[in-house]
Order: sequence, then C-alpha cells, then structure tokens
Amino acid sequence: MQNPWVYLGLFLLVGIIIPIVPIAFSALIAPRKPNPIKQSTYECGIETVGESWVQFKAQYYVFALVFLIFDVETVFLFPWALALNAQNPAVLPAFIAIEGVIFILILVAGLVYTWRKGLLEWA
Amino acid sequence: MIPLSWYLYLSAALFAIGLYGVLARKNAIAILLGIELMLNAANINLVAFWRYTDPAQMAGQVFAIIVFAVAAAEVAVGLSLVISIYRARKTVIADELDLMKW
Amino acid sequence: MDASQIIFFLSAALILVSALFVVTARNLVHAALWLIATLFGVAVLYVLLEAGFLAVVQVVVYIGAIAILFIFAVMLTRRDLLSQSSQTNANWPVALGVSALSLAAIAFIARGFGFSLDRPLAPVPTDSLERLGQALVSPQQFVLPFEVASVLLVAALVGAVYVAMNKK
Repeated sequence: MQNPWVYLGLFLLVGIIIPIVPIAFSALIAPRKPNPIKQSTYECGIETVGESWVQFKAQYYVFALVFLIFDVETVFLFPWALALNAQNPAVLPAFIAIEGVIFILILVAGLVYTWRKGLLEWA
Repeated sequence: MIPLSWYLYLSAALFAIGLYGVLARKNAIAILLGIELMLNAANINLVAFWRYTDPAQMAGQVFAIIVFAVAAAEVAVGLSLVISIYRARKTVIADELDLMKW
Repeated sequence: MDASQIIFFLSAALILVSALFVVTARNLVHAALWLIATLFGVAVLYVLLEAGFLAVVQVVVYIGAIAILFIFAVMLTRRDLLSQSSQTNANWPVALGVSALSLAAIAFIARGFGFSLDRPLAPVPTDSLERLGQALVSPQQFVLPFEVASVLLVAALVGAVYVAMNKK
C-alpha cells in the first residue's frame, strides 16, 4: 500500500489483538474455583486498609497543567520550525525567527511564575 | 469516497451528545467533558471543510489548531476552578453551588 | 462501498457510542476513559481527511494531556466519584429535547446547503505542514492569532495555577 497510515492501522490492530488473545485464551481454559481468600487483592500479603480510590495530591494536577500548556506550545512550534526551514519562504526568515522567540518568551513568563511560586518543587 | 455531508451529520450528532452532557450532568467535571465533545465536533467540521474546499489554503487547519489551544486553556482553568470549589465547598455538584442564586 | 467509507463508519460508530458513554457513565473515571475513545475516533477521521498533523496533535494534546488532566481532576475531587445517586439533574428531559432539537436544526441546515461536492477533490499539497507554518507566521494571514495563542496559554497557566494552588 502507498499510504503509511495503513501500516499504522495494521500495527494498531495487531497491538490490540496480541494482548486480547492470551487473556481470552486463559479465561476460556482456566478452572474457576473462587473463595474469599483467593479473591482478596493480595492473596499472600497484608490485608488492605481502606479503599483504593485514594485522594491524589494536588501537585499532580499542577505538573499536568504545566505539561499541557507546553504540549500545546509544541503544536505551534512544529509548523513554525518548518516555516523557518522552508525553501521559498513567504516572509523573511529573520522575521519568522523573531516571531518564534516572542512566542517562546511569552510562555517562559508563565513558567517563571510557576517556578517562583515554588510549585515545581515536590512538596 | 466519503461525501462531505457525512462528516457534517457526524459532527452534528457529536455536538448534540455533548450539549446533552453539558445541560444534563450534575457533576461540574462531567459538564467540562461535554464541552470537550462539542469542541471536537466543531473541529471535525473545520477540518472537513478545509479538505473539501481548497486544501492549499491552510485557514481551516489554523482554526483547528487555535481550537486546540482554546480547549487546553479552557480545560486548565475550568478544572482549576472545580478543584478550588471542591476545596472550599466539598462538592463538585453544579446544582449545589448556588451561593450567587437569588 | 470502498475502504475509506468502511473506516469512516467504524470510527463514526466508535465516536458516537463512546460519546454516549461519556455523557451517561455513572463513574467519572469511566467517562474520562470513554472520552479518550471518542478523541481517538476523531483522530482517525483526521487521517481520513488527510490532516495527519492534526491527527498526531489530537493524540498528543487531547489524549496525552487533556484527558489525563481530567482524570487527575476526578481523582482530586473524589468524594462524589462513586456515589450511586443519579448523575443527571432534574432537567435532563429538557436537555434531551434541546439537544435533539439542535441536532435536527444542524442536520436540516447541513442538508439545506446542498453540498454537491461530488467532483473529485483537490489533492492535498505534499508540503501542507510547511504551508501551515507559513500561514501561521505570515503577517498577511495568522501571525496575530499565533502570538495571541501564546498569551492565551500563559494567561491560562497563571490563572489555573493561581486558582488551584492558592491556599488561604
């Protein structure tokens, strides 16, 4: 096939099938004799205390937030980098570079704010 | 070959589902999930029109990228507000946040 | 029916079914996971529309960051997570009516336009990503939205950090 996305789709399909086959196979042939001790989360370990849905630390959220913002930044910078490298640019390359630097500097201000608030330290 | 109208109907259906989520759900986070569905419906439309009119003009894709940025900003601020409200009021049920209701 | 139509129907079914689960699931973690399935289906549509960059962005930004942020937020506000009470408010029939009405209205408008674009499509230029970059930096086109997007992101970052982490 000419289209590279077809390979990606096939890869995905195989990637889904390969884990499903052994799980389904073992579910089909495994004997089932459940009892309360076998059903416990850690059969040979200590009894679990409380439930497993524990409250997360709020810091996880801040890290995810910073990651999200700079993830979106890459979305803009990738086409920008290609425009900078273009064979016949419509705009002066120096102008494109300055635009990108302004873009990054504005975002760095946000990073500096987060840093100065001490939220990048794992408290 | 897929007609353009299929994309439009699909995005209309996705938009309607998202709208239902926004209007009917109690939990504030679930309302934001509905908004995500609506933004995606809009994006499908933008990209479909880009493809089916003049793909040499990139305006449709630029709009879609701006929508990505807006969605990211909206989610970041919206979820922060939800977390902040949860801290103060110990609830994320939108109906119970009625302090400013007369 | 050719291969692209089959892929379209499969991904449309994935999108609509998982979107329905997003708005109906009791457990919000499940709703967020169904949202990932929806977003993935939309990424497949972008591939069908030959917007490969947007498909990658959809996976990297939406699934990789936004959906994760949702799951974190659900974990942080877990008190109502497993409540067995109804997850819809009292107005849900009205909501159903409004959304059905909007679906009908949009579908009617889309039909009324009569897009007879059955002529062969213009091919997507091979350097479309480079063109996208040129459009983003060219002063005649989108350089202002490009820079404003940066300001928007910073405002969102600072605002979100301030709101979420301000301990009194």
